[in-house]
Amino acid sequence: MMRLKDISINNLRRRKGKVFFLILGLTIGITTVVTLISITRMMNDDISRKLDEFGANILIIPRSDDLSLSYGGMNIAGVSIDAQMLKDSDVPKIRQIEVRENISTVSPKLIGVVEIEGKRVPLMGVHFEEELRLKKWWKIHGDTPKSPEEVLLGNEVAIRLFKSTGDTMVVNGKSVRVSGVLDETGSQDDFLIFGDLTFVQGAMKKAGAISLIEVSAFCNTCPIEEIVKQISKKLPHAKVTAIKQTLQTKMEALDHFKKFSVGISIIILLIGGLIVFTNMMASVNERKREIGIFRAIGFRKSHIVRIIFLEAFIVGLMAGVIGYIFGLGVSHIIGPMLTGMKSSKLAIDPLLAAGAITLSALIGILSSAYPAIHASKMDPTAALRAL
Amino acid sequence: MRSALCRRKSMSLIEIKKLNKTYDSGEECVLALCDVDLNIERGEFISVMGPSGSGKSTLLTILGGLNHPTRGEVVVDDIPIYKLPLEKLADFRREYLGFIFQSFQLIPYLNVIENVMLPLTITEKSNQEQKKMAEEILERIGLKGKERRLPDQLSGGEQERVAIARALVNSPPILMADEPTGNLDSKTGKEIIELFKSLNEEGQTIVMVTHNPENTIFSTRTISLKDGRVEGNF
Repeated sequence: MMRLKDISINNLRRRKGKVFFLILGLTIGITTVVTLISITRMMNDDISRKLDEFGANILIIPRSDDLSLSYGGMNIAGVSIDAQMLKDSDVPKIRQIEVRENISTVSPKLIGVVEIEGKRVPLMGVHFEEELRLKKWWKIHGDTPKSPEEVLLGNEVAIRLFKSTGDTMVVNGKSVRVSGVLDETGSQDDFLIFGDLTFVQGAMKKAGAISLIEVSAFCNTCPIEEIVKQISKKLPHAKVTAIKQTLQTKMEALDHFKKFSVGISIIILLIGGLIVFTNMMASVNERKREIGIFRAIGFRKSHIVRIIFLEAFIVGLMAGVIGYIFGLGVSHIIGPMLTGMKSSKLAIDPLLAAGAITLSALIGILSSAYPAIHASKMDPTAALRAL
Repeated sequence: MRSALCRRKSMSLIEIKKLNKTYDSGEECVLALCDVDLNIERGEFISVMGPSGSGKSTLLTILGGLNHPTRGEVVVDDIPIYKLPLEKLADFRREYLGFIFQSFQLIPYLNVIENVMLPLTITEKSNQEQKKMAEEILERIGLKGKERRLPDQLSGGEQERVAIARALVNSPPILMADEPTGNLDSKTGKEIIELFKSLNEEGQTIVMVTHNPENTIFSTRTISLKDGRVEGNF
C-alpha cells in the first residue's frame, strides 16, 4: 500500500520533466557503450570469418642452430642438412591443445631440393586439402593434384623447367604429371614444386619427416601468443612462432578500436554519472523541506538514503533497458557500415543486456551516493524553517 | 521502547531539566532558551505562548527530538532522548511523537491516504493494517471519501486535517502542533482547536505552540515564554 518505494516512484512521477532528462543522459551513455561493444564484436566476428583468407599465422619448425632456409619471411632450419626434423606424429598433437577449437587449419610440409632435368629445384610436400584452405589466393591453371603422382608447379619453376599443365617429368626416379601451374604469387611459392606429402617423403627417403607445419588459428578471447605457448608445450622439440601478417595487423587495429571504445565509454559514462549527480543533488536540495518532514516523522537517515537510492536505481534501470535497445538498434545500422559486413539479424544478447542494465543501475546508484548521504544529513529543523 | 518503560507511571511524561540552547550565528551567540525547567503530565493539553523570538519554536523542536540542546536534559517516558544515537532518536520520534507543522507540510505528490500512511511506511505493519489505520483516522477526522485527492485539491482546513490525521495515525503518546491555526480562517481555526479539545478529552497529550490567545481556551495549562525564559506556567 505504502512503502518507501511508493515515495520514490511518486516523486519520480511528479518530476517527469527532470526525470526524462536524467534518464536521457544516462541512456545516451549506455547506448554508446552497447553500440561500441556490439561493433567490436561484429569486427571480431568479421575477422574470424575472414580468417582463412589470410592464411597461416603460426609456423612450427624444428629447433635447430644449423643453417637455414628462408620461407615466408621465416627461417627454416634443417632443410639442406639432415638436422632433427618434425614428424608426422607431431601433427595430431597440435589439435590436442586446450584452445584447440581456435585452430582452423594445420598444414604439415616437407621441403627438399631435387634435381629435375639437370636443374636443382626446391620441392615441397603438402596435404593439398589443407594447403588450399590456407592459400585462398592461389590461382591454378589446370587442376589441383588428385593423385600422389601429380604435382603443382610454381609460376617461376614452370618457366625455368619449360613445363606446363599435362606435362610429365621425373623426380628422383619417379615419373610425375603436372596437374596445374600456379599464377604468379610474388612469394616463395613461385619457386616451388608442390607434391603430395607422402609422395615427397618417399621420393626424398624421409618417411614420416616434416620440415615445418603451418597453422592458421584464431582466438577471440585469447592472444595468438597463448596458442603459440600451448603448441610449444605439446611440441617441446619444435620452435613455434607467430607470423605477423595481415590478420595480425587487423587484430591490432581491432585492439586499438577496443582501447578507443573503452576510453570513450569511460568518458561518456562519467558524463552520464555527472548528469545523475547534479540532477539528484538539485532534486535533494529542492526537497529539503520534504526530507525534513520525513525526518521529523521518524524516518531514519538510512530510510532517506534508501528513498534516494531507489529513485536512482529505477532511473538507472530504465536508462539501462532503453540504452540497450537503442544501442542494439544503432549498432545494427552503423555496424555494417564500419565492418563492411552485411547486416545480420537483430539478436538480443542476454549477457550484454544484463550487463548494460546492471552497469546503468550501478552508475545511477554510485552517482547518487553523495546526494543521498547529503540528504540524510540535512538538519531537519533547517529543512522545516517554518517550525 | 514504549512498553518497556511505561511501568514507571509515577514519572511525568516529559521532563525538561535546565534546558539551554544558544545559536552560534557567526560573531555573536544568541541565547534562545535559558534554564527552562518543565514537566508535562500524561493527558495534558499544553499551550506554549510567547512573542516571536521568545524561543517557543526552539522549545518545540527540542521537545520534538529535532534539535540538540546546548545544555540540559529532555526525558520523555524515562528516556533521556538526547543521549540516544541519531537513528534511535529518529525511532523515538516515530514512536512517541505526532507532528503537526505550520502550513501543513503535506507531501504534494502523495494523495490524502498516502500522506496519512507516511509514518507507517517505515513500520512493519502490513498493507492492510496500514490502510485500516489510515481509514480509521481519516473517518475520525472527517475526511472520509477524500482519500484519493492530492493536497492541492483540498481546502486549507482539509489540509490541516490531513496533517492531523498523519500525526495521529500511529497513535503517538504526544501530539505536537506548531501554530496549527496560523494558515486558517478563524472559523476553520476554531474547528481545529475543537478537534484538539476532543482528542485531549480522549486522553491525547498535546503540546501546541501558538501566539493566538483564543487557541488556549481548551488548554489545561499555558506556558508563556519571553526571551528564552519561562515567564508564566498556569
